Amino acid sequence: MTITGGKKKEKIDRLSELAAREDERGVSLWKEAFRRLRRNPAAIVGAVILSLFLLVALLGPFFVPHPPDAQLWKGEIRLGDFPGFRSENWFGVDHIGRDEFSRMIVGARQTLLVGVVSTLIGLAVGSLIGGVAGAAAGLGGRWGRAVDNVLMRFVDMLLAMPSLLLAISIAALLGAGLTTVMIAVGVVSVPVFARLLRGSMISQANSDYVLAAVSLGVKKPKIALTHVVPNSLAPVIVQATLTLATAIIEAAALSFLGLGNNDASIPEWGVMLADAQQYLDSAPRLAILPALAIIVTALGFTLLGEAMREALDPKLRK
Amino acid sequence: MALLDVEDLSVTFARRGQRTVHAVDGVSFSVDAGEVVGLVGESGCGKSVTSLAIMGLLPKQPGLRVGGKAVFDGTDLLQLDDRSRRDIRGRDVAMIFQDPLSSLNPVIPIGLQVTEVLTRHRGMKGAAAEKEAAELLDRVGIPDPKRRLKEYPHQLSGGMRQRALIAMAVACQPRLLIADEPTTALDVTIQAQILELLKELVRDSGTALVMITHDLGVVAGMCDTVNVLYGGRVVETARRRPLFREPRHPYTVGLLASVPRLDAGRGERLNPIPGSVRDLLPWADGCAFAPRCARRVDECVGEPPALVLAHDGRSYRCVNPAPLPGTLPPPAAAGAAPAAEAPAGTAKAAEATAGPVPAPREEEKP
Amino acid sequence: MFRFIVRRLLQLIPTLFGLSLLLFIWLRRLPGGPETAILGERGTPEMRAAIRRNMGLDEPILVQYGRFVRRLIRLDLGTSTSTKRTVVTEFVERFPGTVELSISAMLIAIGLGIPLGYLAARRRGRMLDHLSVGGSLIGICIPVFFLAYVLKAIFAENLGWFPASGRQDPTLGATRITNFFVLDGIMTREWDAAADALWHLVLPAVALASIPLAIIVRITRASVLEVLNEDFVRTAEAKGLTESTVRRRHVLRNSMLPVVTSIGLLTGGLLSGAVLTETVFAFSGIGAFIYEAISQRDYPVLMGFILIIAVVYVLVNLLVDLSYSLIDPRVRVR
Repeated sequence: MTITGGKKKEKIDRLSELAAREDERGVSLWKEAFRRLRRNPAAIVGAVILSLFLLVALLGPFFVPHPPDAQLWKGEIRLGDFPGFRSENWFGVDHIGRDEFSRMIVGARQTLLVGVVSTLIGLAVGSLIGGVAGAAAGLGGRWGRAVDNVLMRFVDMLLAMPSLLLAISIAALLGAGLTTVMIAVGVVSVPVFARLLRGSMISQANSDYVLAAVSLGVKKPKIALTHVVPNSLAPVIVQATLTLATAIIEAAALSFLGLGNNDASIPEWGVMLADAQQYLDSAPRLAILPALAIIVTALGFTLLGEAMREALDPKLRK
Repeated sequence: MALLDVEDLSVTFARRGQRTVHAVDGVSFSVDAGEVVGLVGESGCGKSVTSLAIMGLLPKQPGLRVGGKAVFDGTDLLQLDDRSRRDIRGRDVAMIFQDPLSSLNPVIPIGLQVTEVLTRHRGMKGAAAEKEAAELLDRVGIPDPKRRLKEYPHQLSGGMRQRALIAMAVACQPRLLIADEPTTALDVTIQAQILELLKELVRDSGTALVMITHDLGVVAGMCDTVNVLYGGRVVETARRRPLFREPRHPYTVGLLASVPRLDAGRGERLNPIPGSVRDLLPWADGCAFAPRCARRVDECVGEPPALVLAHDGRSYRCVNPAPLPGTLPPPAAAGAAPAAEAPAGTAKAAEATAGPVPAPREEEKP
Repeated sequence: MFRFIVRRLLQLIPTLFGLSLLLFIWLRRLPGGPETAILGERGTPEMRAAIRRNMGLDEPILVQYGRFVRRLIRLDLGTSTSTKRTVVTEFVERFPGTVELSISAMLIAIGLGIPLGYLAARRRGRMLDHLSVGGSLIGICIPVFFLAYVLKAIFAENLGWFPASGRQDPTLGATRITNFFVLDGIMTREWDAAADALWHLVLPAVALASIPLAIIVRITRASVLEVLNEDFVRTAEAKGLTESTVRRRHVLRNSMLPVVTSIGLLTGGLLSGAVLTETVFAFSGIGAFIYEAISQRDYPVLMGFILIIAVVYVLVNLLVDLSYSLIDPRVRVR
């Protein structure tokens, strides 16, 4: 009987190897999060919806059957009676004789544009304010705290106004239009991003691993770039995804209030929905189609955003 | 007959798409009335899950399976329905948890958290319950108990919180108390006080105590009998003194050797057990400790090692146990692997030898 | 407690000051300036100049702001250019309607949302859970005004179960005391008037409740799930308490903490939503009036209302913080 005999020994060795590899695994936060994301059916549904939406928004306008702003079937419009679903016009004809299907397709691009641009505005301005405030607070000192204070009081002020009213005041200032909607909706999300980034930066800065990096003599800018910013970014990205959903809904609300895109030649779901309210009785599809499109798209962003939040939440990770 | 007889207790978590986890894999031990029994092991060895399974407190989740028996005073706790289990919990069997702050409800006063046990199991209400609660707090050494009743957990110090938790646990004078790492979250000086308090309570009321800990110091100070757990199974059971004097299972030997000693000479190295709890061999394939074991031999792998019953009620689960002091250590084989060393320095654990050590007075468990 | 309130109220001052400054600049910078708002696009340059002089618009901006703040302190927010009545009068008249609507919506949201969220958490992964989670997701994603229109089309216009617009049937000739129509009806014992006012509230309140309801369901569910895993719930179970005691005393109470916080934040959303719902249901409140003010370019009304709403919003959040301290002793204020 020898000490180490054949197979059994190998078995043990293989087991310890396995254990060792498991230690190396699961280091990367993002990889792990992505793996969890792929397992979540809500994320899959959201991603599918969004891919379809993107596909339609980016490529659709090149393949529309009719120009979206031509009143080709004007002659068929009777009071309270518009041609409905038919082979010529898949989604029927709208209240002034335009092809609804083409308008929906082209509208997707506008809706995407409004959502993305306004979110980017909010993200950029909000992250700037929040980032500066967070950095100032992290730097400390009288000036750091003062800068942080002033910036955050400004953010509080924006927060003290209900979002739609804030958007309304901005829209009233700038006059109705697509740019207005994007700016107004973007500004509304500024305080959210600012508070979020500042909050997570401060909590990151106070975390033990940053303390550890400081005590090891890593330089401050390097800590900020390698530790604080990447770790603060996750909630910001999640929030951006969720904001895309609210931006689309809020843009629709502004359109409803008559502050939206006033250029009739460029269809946009929010405006289409707002315009169609009068015909809810005679041609409900004119309202239901853009409404469904808005709801499904917003749902896609929300599902994906929530799933990302879950995937990145360290508390839920096991 | 023992007060609590745990037989072949197993807890498995089956998860879709993942390997089934055997958190507890056939644990057996028993507790006599008034006895202090320790469950010792590294974190992850299944000691907490064992206690939660006995109490029926494992979080309900799909894929959870509890097998075996936990017979308390003639009734199998695992077979009880929810209502009768609730009747026993807190009245006959009580539990103390590790982290006193998170184990107390932060938004209701201490007083109510004590009186609710009295109301539930002893039918006390109003002023009577409050008086009894104050007496309980007084008994566990909380000064000015009347005022404390109205306070909230965050207003108490860590030691006070653990005392309050103990007061809740002993409110109905249970016959069995399970303490899951009751001192881990506390300062060392407070730890000693709490252990002293537990000892006192157990002695005065004849309550049996199951002490779950990874701290061998706690075991040395409190327990009558010690069960060492590894990989969800009891690997060695012994009375306290024999265990410390002559550990047989290599894991016990390693545990004792990894305790830093005050009387160790400067520069003397600690003797940690190599590897981690995760380097586990499933019990079905042999000894779970084998991948980390310094006394590993061929027989360790293949089938689970049987429980060896030795004299005076001790038992261990090993085919190549550390030799008893006094008996001649078998000739050490060549090899430079770190030798497991018993604390007293008596049992010079040899390298894995060419064959199992003959154990004359030991017999296989039927 | 008292000192906490005072401190919070004092903290309000810089916010309000900044807000007024912002709004003031905003008002001056409007396209065409305030004179356009009064004259419309037609006025001659001479008329514009006259109005500018009259309103003191030719003076330095700081002087103008000083005057503006002085008037603000006297609660003089100017006159509506469309109704020619003072902004404060308009507000006092219309605010009760919005309050009634918001409170009804909040009651619906809380009354349905907390039980639904709780049940969803208890039955995690089952049908009810999936339904509430899915429903709340959709609730968040439906544009409020669209929902309002759909409700109105189905339940008012087609089925005729509820009135389609207004706050009360004017033919009832109900007595007005506080402008809270339901309250007025109860105070004057005109029960039919109170019932009618309530009846008018149902559809707009349901539409307005959609988003807060969805959010409360989600927060309650998440919070209950978290609390169920807390150590103190295990302690409570270890004490052998009955299931209902554990739920009521230990689970529910602790899981209400984030819900209460969210209720304060949701108030802002309610005031936003009120603009949309009130417009759809021609419900005479501040929301509908703001919509009119936008289309009429009635800037004094817009600015005054926004300022007052900001104050109300901050006060509501103060109230919420105070009630929070009642259920969570850890933040109890000295």
